[in-house]
Amino acid sequence: MNDFMEAFAAAFALIVGLDEYLIEIIVLSLSVSAIAVFIAGVLGLPLGTVLATVQFPGRTAFVVFFNSLMGLPPVVVGLVVYLLLSRSGPFGTLGLLFSPTSMIIAQVILILPIMVALIRQVMDEIWREYAEYFNSIGSTGWQNTKTLLWDGRFKVTTAVLAGFGRASAEVGAVMIVGGNIDHVTRVMTTAIALETSKGNLALALGLGIILLILAVIINICVFAINDWAESHYE
Amino acid sequence: MSELETNIGRKQENKILPLAIKEVSLEISGRRFIKDISTEFSRGGVSVIIGPNGAGKSLFLKLCHGIITPTSGEVVWEGFRGRDCKKYQAMMFQRPTILRRSVIENLLHPLKCRKVMKSDRELRVRELLDQTGLSRLARVSARKLSVGEQQRLALARAWLLRPEVLFLDEPSASLDPSGTYALEGIIHAIEKAGTKVIMTTQDLGQAKRLGRDILFLYRGRLLERATARKFFDSPENDLAQAFLKGELLWWNRKDLTPPRGFN
Repeated sequence: MNDFMEAFAAAFALIVGLDEYLIEIIVLSLSVSAIAVFIAGVLGLPLGTVLATVQFPGRTAFVVFFNSLMGLPPVVVGLVVYLLLSRSGPFGTLGLLFSPTSMIIAQVILILPIMVALIRQVMDEIWREYAEYFNSIGSTGWQNTKTLLWDGRFKVTTAVLAGFGRASAEVGAVMIVGGNIDHVTRVMTTAIALETSKGNLALALGLGIILLILAVIINICVFAINDWAESHYE
Repeated sequence: MSELETNIGRKQENKILPLAIKEVSLEISGRRFIKDISTEFSRGGVSVIIGPNGAGKSLFLKLCHGIITPTSGEVVWEGFRGRDCKKYQAMMFQRPTILRRSVIENLLHPLKCRKVMKSDRELRVRELLDQTGLSRLARVSARKLSVGEQQRLALARAWLLRPEVLFLDEPSASLDPSGTYALEGIIHAIEKAGTKVIMTTQDLGQAKRLGRDILFLYRGRLLERATARKFFDSPENDLAQAFLKGELLWWNRKDLTPPRGFN
């Protein structure tokens, strides 16, 4: 218990003192996750919207496929991305393995299905309600998409935040493809794993507290956005 | 209502009427909901479609509006020679679709989709907000309005498109008498401006007050069509007579005679 309290105190000292090493790891973590969420969002928004609004053969299979991918084990994703990016792999010549780019790729693969599934769900709900009206006013597909995205913006934002939460808390895949290299690919989760094994509990706990705060902030945002949208527009 | 008529009083040009319904049937999952209906709607007046629940009134209205395609038969806009006749029509649904936006944004939306000039659409919306008594609610979330206000908003939004034909699916459903009165006033003004109104209702009093002609539907068939006066004074069809008396239309009633060929 004493050890724990000491580690806790040291962790707070690191956070309050804005420890340079700690800040470097946090900035890299947030940058990797933010870029991954941005890419997944750019791909996920049109994909989710198309799956919700366009009828085409095999649509249900696509929906089931993306829903199944939500449960992808991160280590398996890490392994597959590792094999693809390793020297003997098809993209080995790009030299991306053990770089932040490889971590972004792994995170995109992990969070894209979650974002597609959540966005599809949001869009589907609004589409069912609006479809007759769209048909009646004779609006174009593009106009309908813009309306759906605008009216679903709050719920889409919560889907994006959910993706960010998952990406920033991920450890298995980024450990495999990033290699946890100091000052290059060391992010919060991989640093926690390493520092714990080294017995440097203060740094591990400090990073853990930051991760927890991040998770709480994301949940507060999700709750606040939903609450605000419900009280104003639902 | 006189104020309302100043805006609504813009006379409509005839572009797409008459509307001819030619032996239209609709089948969904092997069940026929609309059976060989043939009729025609010409310019002017309110045509009211009545009938018991499940008669196919709403489906028939949607078939006429073109948002459902018939299994067989044709819906033909006889006066129309262009590509897109949708822009001359509008529909208000029984459960109005209210966008997750403010009242004013709900009104602007279809005008933006139809690419109406910004200055024109703002003028139209401002006028109509005043005249429908919704101006104090302009910035309020439309989904927070009462049912009556939402119905008024939906009717105003449909009317903003200045359609030649306006379809109304039970526009006063779930409204109290004063709400119904206000809504009927708007419908009257719209009709006076030359817009053809085709509507369904469960309210026989409303059908009498608004209708120029009445269409009686039963189990997907058009059993009778007559002027409102003739229909309410002396309906020809036994089932229509029973319906007007408020009697339930049991299909197996021995004393009611269905028309020839009815199955």
